[in-house]
Amino acid sequence: MTALSVVCRRSVKKMVATVPHEDKTAPTFRQAIHLGRVTTARYSEIQSIHEGGVPPMDTPLTLLRTWVVRQAGDQAAWFESQVDALSAIDDTQQLHRFLGLAPRRLGRADLALSLDDVVLAQAAHAGWNPRGWSLDGAARVAALIAFDAGNPERGVAFQTRFHDLVRTADARELVALYRGLALYPNPDSLDADVGEGLRSNMRAVFESIVHANPYPYAHFDTHRFNHMVLKALFVGSTLAPIVGFDERTNPELAGILLDYADERRAAGRPISPELWRGIAPFIDVLDAYPALARVLKGSPRERAAATLALRQIDSPDARRLLTSVPELADLAAVGALHWNNLHRYEAA
Amino acid sequence: MYIDPHAHMVSRTTDDYEAMAASGVVALVEPAFWVGQPRTFVGTYVDYLSSLVGWERFRAGQFGIRHYCTVGLNSKEANNEALAEGVMEWLPRFAMKEGVVAIGEIGYDEQTPLEDKYFRAQLALAVELSLPVMVHTPHRDKKRGTSRSMDVCEEMGLDPSWVVIDHNNEETVRETLDRGYYAGFSIYPSTKMGNARMVELLAQYGGERIIVDSACDWGISDCLGVAKTAHLALARGIDPEVVRQVTYANALAVYGKSGQMNEADWLDPPAVDQRTLFAGNSILRGGREPRIDAAPARRDDLIIE
Repeated sequence: MTALSVVCRRSVKKMVATVPHEDKTAPTFRQAIHLGRVTTARYSEIQSIHEGGVPPMDTPLTLLRTWVVRQAGDQAAWFESQVDALSAIDDTQQLHRFLGLAPRRLGRADLALSLDDVVLAQAAHAGWNPRGWSLDGAARVAALIAFDAGNPERGVAFQTRFHDLVRTADARELVALYRGLALYPNPDSLDADVGEGLRSNMRAVFESIVHANPYPYAHFDTHRFNHMVLKALFVGSTLAPIVGFDERTNPELAGILLDYADERRAAGRPISPELWRGIAPFIDVLDAYPALARVLKGSPRERAAATLALRQIDSPDARRLLTSVPELADLAAVGALHWNNLHRYEAA
Repeated sequence: MYIDPHAHMVSRTTDDYEAMAASGVVALVEPAFWVGQPRTFVGTYVDYLSSLVGWERFRAGQFGIRHYCTVGLNSKEANNEALAEGVMEWLPRFAMKEGVVAIGEIGYDEQTPLEDKYFRAQLALAVELSLPVMVHTPHRDKKRGTSRSMDVCEEMGLDPSWVVIDHNNEETVRETLDRGYYAGFSIYPSTKMGNARMVELLAQYGGERIIVDSACDWGISDCLGVAKTAHLALARGIDPEVVRQVTYANALAVYGKSGQMNEADWLDPPAVDQRTLFAGNSILRGGREPRIDAAPARRDDLIIE
């Protein structure tokens, strides 16, 4: 058994354990790799760089510490000593001070990450994508994890601590706190505060839960997942960065999305063509071929989206419709067109 | 390019944000204040402070305006001792939040013993945390109340160059400047300063340590007070450098002492902010004037889409 499969099976176990029971959508081994976008080849390459072949298994905390220290310049020692102290002593005041000081001392730059770092992140926690994190945000999450790591009795109280921090957080702090959701102790217990974050009017806060965050995939029930998707569309956000979107689509969501598309069309308002990704798997039940055929004649972005949606469906009707867009179908077939680069196509 | 260093935006609409941005306001300071009706729970006060560092800051960012705030227990609500005690427990946590540039607005209203108690306690907090202070001076018994505010600041060990004495007028400005404080003037119709009077003061005193603000809030007030005063001053022959000092540079100098307000915040915002928290159109390298868009003329448009 390779180290990779050990890593991934661990992650899969974790995911299977945390996916709500009512959703029979527990990802397969293959899906976990896909979700994490960990490629076997790339992980093997990283392994081969290490002299013993198998690198030590990183935890999210060790990775975050490494990245922050690497970028912290003359504040590295301060950061390390703070995190050590927070881990050793149960001092909430000290935690508040650290969270306040992090951007002041470390600055607010983007977290500098290589592709390898992202791969390691995915291996440490399936679906975790730290791209788009900030340096101070990474430090804050590291401190929060360290504060409760190895202290089971403190971990139990994490929900209370998280609630207290969210209550007085500034906007940037909220983004950092929510980005770390999946990495905290007892993540299921944070349900109520996650709900508040989803209801936030601050789009950046909403997106800190929704985008590149494995928490919704692993911890949301169907109702909450569906409403997250709908709100993302409603506030003009995007679906592509939602972790595990295809695995969590469901007939109810598809139906609501189709209604939403009709409602927007009636109002003469633009429709994000990303929604067809959620409708496609249930196109037969919903009898949505005519709608998709119409989208196939729309703007460049709509045509591209309809092409991608049709390619998700293995049916004669879908194949027939695809013949009307041979160039887009070819691009999709070779991977040059995908949901993550849809925005390059003109919207109107 | 202006800073409005005293604007209560929780009481203002998006039209105001658009108008301010179009007038050239790149940053503002929102002092914690009395919202027009007393709060009777500590929790509502906590949520108010939370909105100043959270939602309102974000809202301003959507209009390309950098939002900073001061946190404090205002003089009116200091008279509710149970509330005041509770708020004082929370203040240190909020004072450490991003964009908090001072303790304020604090000071006297009726000059009661409780107002005095919490004014002093908050001055001590400002010294402890190395934060500037924004002092609200009373509307009634103003001259003596202003002098007393400065006496107490000095008793509590404040450096006057870290303190803005706000809502000055012709009667108070001399003493405020002579004692080394920053002198704020609120261009607020009817009750505080008019901008023609303000221009007269600039002609007399120059620009050193003088700060112009709008103090716009839930009352009849003008969120364009800073820009209008700048235009009037220039039209009446005030040195453009003086205008720049009083409508931009002085506020930045004193509130910048907090370490939380830097010109780069609006001239060269961090990339992650630019993507998520700040919709500025003013990304510049080298500090040129940002591009200012005209406000959309929605009020005159019959069609609502």
